[in-house]
Amino acid sequence: MRTQKWSAVGVLLIVALVFGACVVPQPGVPPAAPQAEAPAPAPAVGGVQIPEPVDGKFNVAFVYVGPIGDGGWTYAHNEGRLYLEQALGDVVHTAYLESVPEGADAERVIRNLARAGFDAIFTTSFGFMDPTATVAEEFPDVYFVHISGFKRNDTNFANLFGAMESMKYLAGMIAGARAQADGGNRIGYIAPFPIPEVIRHLNATAMGMRRTCPDCLMDVRWIFTWFDPDKERQAAESLFDAGADVVITGADTPGPVQVAGERGKWGIGYDSRNACDVDPEHCLTVPYWEWGPEYTRLVQSMLDGTFVGADIYFDVDSGSLGLLGFMEGQTPQPGVPAEVIPTVEELLAKMLSGEMNRFTIFTGPIRDNKGNEIVPAGVTLTQSDLEGLQGIPGREDCTICMNWLAEGIVPDAEIPQ
Amino acid sequence: MELAFLVTLLAAGIRSGTAILFATIGEIFAERSGVLNLGIEGMMLMGAVSAYGVAFATGNPWLGLGVAMAVGGLMALLHGMVTISLRADQVVSGLALTFLGSGLSAVLGAPLVEVRNAPRLPVFPIPVLADLPILGPIFFNHNVIVYLGLVMAPLAWWYIHRTRPGMELRAIGEYPAAADVLGINVNRQRYAYVVFGGVMAGLGGAALSLAITPLWIEDMTAGQGWIAVGLVIFASWDPLRAALGSYLFGAIRRLPLDSQNLPFFLAYPQLGYFMNMLPYLFVILLMLISARSEMRRRIGAPAALGQPYVREERGV
Repeated sequence: MRTQKWSAVGVLLIVALVFGACVVPQPGVPPAAPQAEAPAPAPAVGGVQIPEPVDGKFNVAFVYVGPIGDGGWTYAHNEGRLYLEQALGDVVHTAYLESVPEGADAERVIRNLARAGFDAIFTTSFGFMDPTATVAEEFPDVYFVHISGFKRNDTNFANLFGAMESMKYLAGMIAGARAQADGGNRIGYIAPFPIPEVIRHLNATAMGMRRTCPDCLMDVRWIFTWFDPDKERQAAESLFDAGADVVITGADTPGPVQVAGERGKWGIGYDSRNACDVDPEHCLTVPYWEWGPEYTRLVQSMLDGTFVGADIYFDVDSGSLGLLGFMEGQTPQPGVPAEVIPTVEELLAKMLSGEMNRFTIFTGPIRDNKGNEIVPAGVTLTQSDLEGLQGIPGREDCTICMNWLAEGIVPDAEIPQ
Repeated sequence: MELAFLVTLLAAGIRSGTAILFATIGEIFAERSGVLNLGIEGMMLMGAVSAYGVAFATGNPWLGLGVAMAVGGLMALLHGMVTISLRADQVVSGLALTFLGSGLSAVLGAPLVEVRNAPRLPVFPIPVLADLPILGPIFFNHNVIVYLGLVMAPLAWWYIHRTRPGMELRAIGEYPAAADVLGINVNRQRYAYVVFGGVMAGLGGAALSLAITPLWIEDMTAGQGWIAVGLVIFASWDPLRAALGSYLFGAIRRLPLDSQNLPFFLAYPQLGYFMNMLPYLFVILLMLISARSEMRRRIGAPAALGQPYVREERGV
């Protein structure tokens, strides 16, 4: 079916080029306007078309930082939006704006969505935090949810994120088992930015790796971007060239998995459940976001009037986190060593029931990659420690802040400043 | 250890510099003929998306490569019509084509984003040569498209400097009035070279989506078309130097990653930010230099670059 679509696109392409001839002499062809679900004429803000809410429904708007076509972060959020529509049916109407730049434009976009009459607005990038907070104060009757930040106002503005570190831990276990089965001891990790979120994921992965492969070492490449197809591939090549058996990516594209296939090695993707599609043979698993259940729960609480502007941090038991090959109805990828499957299944079951969570993973004794004891035996990191919070009003400061690298990461690795 | 580091770095540089190389060679021909084409980025994007789409639809990556070249050529033909026949401003037309290409490729490519396994161009280690120490991994163990680049750079140099049509090409870019007197059809040749430049940009885009970063992702060139425009100046319109520059760029992109393994860089991890900036900084510098006209002459820019040729007017 897609094939047919593509023959049509071929023809379209030629037509478009001819059509383009009429456009060319005018400098500054307007960029493609972000699409919205509601096809109604509406005020435009800085080139962004604000969608219209639908009367008689609970209108929910999503503000995305990237294109849905990123095949990763924004793609996963959009899947969540579709899930929400499916789950609540006729009661809700959703609309979205993609590729909204962070900063002043974002604030205008969010304010105009609120003004247009949307009942709830979800903003899905860290940089939307302050704009969302500002607009939330101006529109107390509209609900706001910001993803991946740390601000809230106890009434109509909440923040939402999840314990991906739990799934990363399991992914690390699978990677370690694979390296050991191959007679190797090197795992590579592609780390986007030196921030607490990434370091937390990296450390959880390293600890998982050490659980199944006590003499494995983890090599890290900092790439300073979430999304750069070429750089992500190059980082994977660099890691494989340095001897890695498995490369785990913390960035958005499935390029590293592809490189793993080309090298006949193993890759672990991130973000969205289709990240293994590039090369299922050489892809061990993907820890992915399943925003749908959490979105649905939050919107339901808005409908019921029980919504609170809280810090919401869900763990595996919420059903909003996934590990490809191990969730209900899935089977492990062919490359996952058989020995490790029961252990992973057992721990995942514990996580799903809530018996095990991120705090279990980050309980001492934990050493850093230089051998210093970071978390003493019996001590568990707090939520503030995990998020590396400091000086945030209404939140306690971290005491063991997330600025260390766990044992198992190559001893001379440092966190870039 | 240090040697292995260099070998993998150079091999990676050659591999990932290939797309820029094609685009740069194409732009050298266009500029040598006197037409500046700033639409390279858009043509590369259109090439990348059409190559990936056709390869996926037909299962044949070579067909994708061909269509990408045709699409790049068509866009360049448009540029030719606007700038050569209608004598419009070359900068404006080129920029418009870049906007057109990046917007159109995003729209057309939207359904392709979820396609993760379109056929790719094959990797082909050259027998015997690939087993050579050092040289083998650097030059002879690559995707077929990389070899095409390695062969094309010297061929392009030979064409420009050692053949009669190459001499005519240089003439129409330096002194079109004189070339006209000699019976050379200036505008027809300019059309040919502008279209060739577009074909090469399309090829560069196809090299990206079928071999180097084999996926379609919106805006996947990430400025490589602009780097190509800058490299033309760095190479002073010489294909061999363009090859050197392109491969260097490829290596620079890789360096910040590989160097994270070296003790020196481990001690200064923040160097990563700086090195990521280098390629773009380099292009800005080149642009600054070439913005001054006497500087441009000194580095060997074609004298008639950017000027439409009108027979009735006095030539340069």
